[in-house]
Amino acid sequence: MSSVPRFWRNLGSRYNLEGTRCKECGEYFYPPRNVCVNCRRMGELESFKFKGTGEIVSYTLIHTPAEGFENQTPYTLAIIKLDEGPRLTSQVIGDPEKIQIGTRVKSVFRKLGEDGEHGMIYYGTKFVPADT
Amino acid sequence: MTIGIVSYGAYVPRYRIKIEEIARLWGDDAEALKNGLMVYEKSVPDVDEDAATIAVEAARYAIARSGVDPSRIGAVYTGSESHPYAVKPTSTIVAQAISATPEMTAADFEFACKAGTAAVQACMGLVGSGMIDLGMAIGADVSQGAPSDALEYTAAAGGVACLIGRKESELAAIIEDTYSFTTDTPDFWRREGMPYPEHGGRFTGEPGYFKHVTNGAKGLLKKLGTKPEDYDYAVFHQPNGKFPTKAAKMLGFTKAQITPGLVVPKIGNTYSGSCLMGIAATLDQAKPGDRIFATAFGSGAGSDSFSITVTDRIEEIRNLAPTVSELIKDPIYIDYAKYARHKGKIRLA
Repeated sequence: MSSVPRFWRNLGSRYNLEGTRCKECGEYFYPPRNVCVNCRRMGELESFKFKGTGEIVSYTLIHTPAEGFENQTPYTLAIIKLDEGPRLTSQVIGDPEKIQIGTRVKSVFRKLGEDGEHGMIYYGTKFVPADT
Repeated sequence: MTIGIVSYGAYVPRYRIKIEEIARLWGDDAEALKNGLMVYEKSVPDVDEDAATIAVEAARYAIARSGVDPSRIGAVYTGSESHPYAVKPTSTIVAQAISATPEMTAADFEFACKAGTAAVQACMGLVGSGMIDLGMAIGADVSQGAPSDALEYTAAAGGVACLIGRKESELAAIIEDTYSFTTDTPDFWRREGMPYPEHGGRFTGEPGYFKHVTNGAKGLLKKLGTKPEDYDYAVFHQPNGKFPTKAAKMLGFTKAQITPGLVVPKIGNTYSGSCLMGIAATLDQAKPGDRIFATAFGSGAGSDSFSITVTDRIEEIRNLAPTVSELIKDPIYIDYAKYARHKGKIRLA
């Protein structure tokens, strides 16, 4: 993460899981889309805030971290299916032993990363098992 | 005009370190420390938690508990001594994350452990004057204690958000009045850019904590013409368990009055969240009509006292967000090595 404007443009979806929903076909999109993939120009998209609950579709446990995540190993990256339908990739916080395919999760607000000690701190959504 | 608490939300990280574990590292007497401090374990933030994330979680619980439209919030003030940025407000992060932006004002507060209650008073002023409809006041900290320093045994993490309003049907508790007592007393400080605070050792006790807490409490009791026995509960800033217990006794409050709000033995000192955490824990079990007396203390030094009466509304909103006791149950205990990692005490190349 090194582009402050790029991150700032996506604050709504990063902080509050804001996506879009097509009024025509009812499909939900995260991250937000400007055009419905089903209805094309006949569709009408509206802003939609996801509840933040869902379940793990698949996951992997990272032991060799990306730059900036050295202090968090081992950590879980998962594909999460939100209850409204869209899937997204996110870190899942918690004991890796308790994270499985099908585990119910809920969103939390955490630090996503930072540009060293001098740069910006990036905040946003991660997930934790729903029973925590 | 009636002003009060529309809602409140608390947040405490799940991790804990026991006093025995810290004492083991430094060769200190754990039993003597536990008996002296009346603290047995303290909360530790996760590696990706800071004062901003804690403030957001607490504020979101306050919104969930009230059910109000966040766009009604006209001010977000976050008090902390561990704001993640030296320059750039924590409160804008919180305001964005609770969807209160953009028609509102925001600023960060700092007054050691009473920055959160200073934010409450500022919101009371704005709400009371009619300048804003609702104000969100937050105290949140990931406090720092230098390795082997006495503070390391209590410096913890947590936060509480209070939604302040004036619409009587919305108030879960009425704040009858507030009173502050402030002097320039250098009992505790952290210089710009320094990672850990310095303190005056025992100087923090009598001329710091006890002088300001007792004078602040007496000032409000005198202003209102009330006595300690007029209250069902009392909360005093809890840097450890010993200080608020002694302050309560000095003022004539009983152990039964302070026990429901005394959360420090299990989570440590949450600094800007400390007194508000005690108020939240008390609201979690108070009944309509109960009266709560509270005094927050901030080094530097000053105290803010509040006289609060709980309304019928508390029963409707209490269980719409986690209570303090729910938040602190089921902790994950970590050793000092993991604690050092969580607190960023280990520098990676």
